[in-house]
Amino acid sequence: MNWPAEIFKVFKEQNITCVCHVPDAGHLQLLQMCEQDENIKVVTLTTEEEGVGLVSGAWLGGEKGALLMQSSGVGNTINALALPVTCKMPFVTVVSMRGEWGEFIPWQVPMGQGTPKVFEAMGVTNFRANNAEEVYETTDAAVKFAFNTRKPVSVLLSQRLIGAKQFEEN
Amino acid sequence: MSVLLRREVVAELVKERKPDLLVLSGLGSSTWDLAAAGDTDQNFYFIGAMGMTVPTALGLALAREENRVLVITGDGDMLMSLGILATIGTQKPSNLAIAVLDNGIYGETGGQETATSGGTNLEMVAKGAGIENASTAITKEDLANAQQEIISGTGPVFINIRVAKEDLPLIMPPIDGITVTHRFRKSLIGKP
Repeated sequence: MNWPAEIFKVFKEQNITCVCHVPDAGHLQLLQMCEQDENIKVVTLTTEEEGVGLVSGAWLGGEKGALLMQSSGVGNTINALALPVTCKMPFVTVVSMRGEWGEFIPWQVPMGQGTPKVFEAMGVTNFRANNAEEVYETTDAAVKFAFNTRKPVSVLLSQRLIGAKQFEEN
Repeated sequence: MSVLLRREVVAELVKERKPDLLVLSGLGSSTWDLAAAGDTDQNFYFIGAMGMTVPTALGLALAREENRVLVITGDGDMLMSLGILATIGTQKPSNLAIAVLDNGIYGETGGQETATSGGTNLEMVAKGAGIENASTAITKEDLANAQQEIISGTGPVFINIRVAKEDLPLIMPPIDGITVTHRFRKSLIGKP
């Protein structure tokens, strides 16, 4: 199953038009689909917290956005999350997980293991997809939850889903 | 000693504002300055999330090409998110202007010196990040020129405005972020 296309499908169905990211191999295919869509703006960031501001600014302007990042970038967003949390703005981030299923680089482990706890501590509701069959319904549920209840959500794409093999190929 | 005073500068920047102008202010003194100049629905005030003012303005500018987006923030807030200048230098939104009120100190925390009191020149940082329309305002004449660029110059515009170190009364805008968000969106898109 082409799971990046399932995420892209949700973005299109939910009219997400501002996609910002710090690049990660796990988001490569999804980013390529977004870049090829003339109605989606793709903004490459220098650090992940910029994306919290960009998505919030898009919301202030009546547009929907999403931040794509790797779990290592989650720590950079912590105080920035005070913006959507305090102002009750919807916030969607899709996180490619590292430091869990079959990780071989020790440096990825601290933030990978910390990611769900950090989000939970900041008031972000975590949704997780462990396999390709779960990706569409998990992303769809998370995005609807965010925009209907105006809360921040994360979609955690398990390293089991992304696979260490893909990382080696890239 | 700088001749420019921050409250006068901010009042000047937003006087006779056009209906398309959206203003975001950074914590904390810049937000008090903008509130002192007059509260409107098309102001968005940061009182926290330091470093988020300029990234949020970029997201807004990209979403609202028909509006002019102005950031008024301090050197401390700007220094916390210097990377966003590279992102802006790449995106080049023509409707975004950034005015930094540079007093060289962290005014809310006891007046400790910022990097602009050391070796950092924010105009040069902005130019190096790809924002060609960047300048520094020191005199009232500089400010008049800067104001023209901020209101109608081709963006992204970056103006570093050197202002005096002052201890001013706190003028608080609506403190509740939900209220400010709802009224901002309602004025802009007709729904909260």
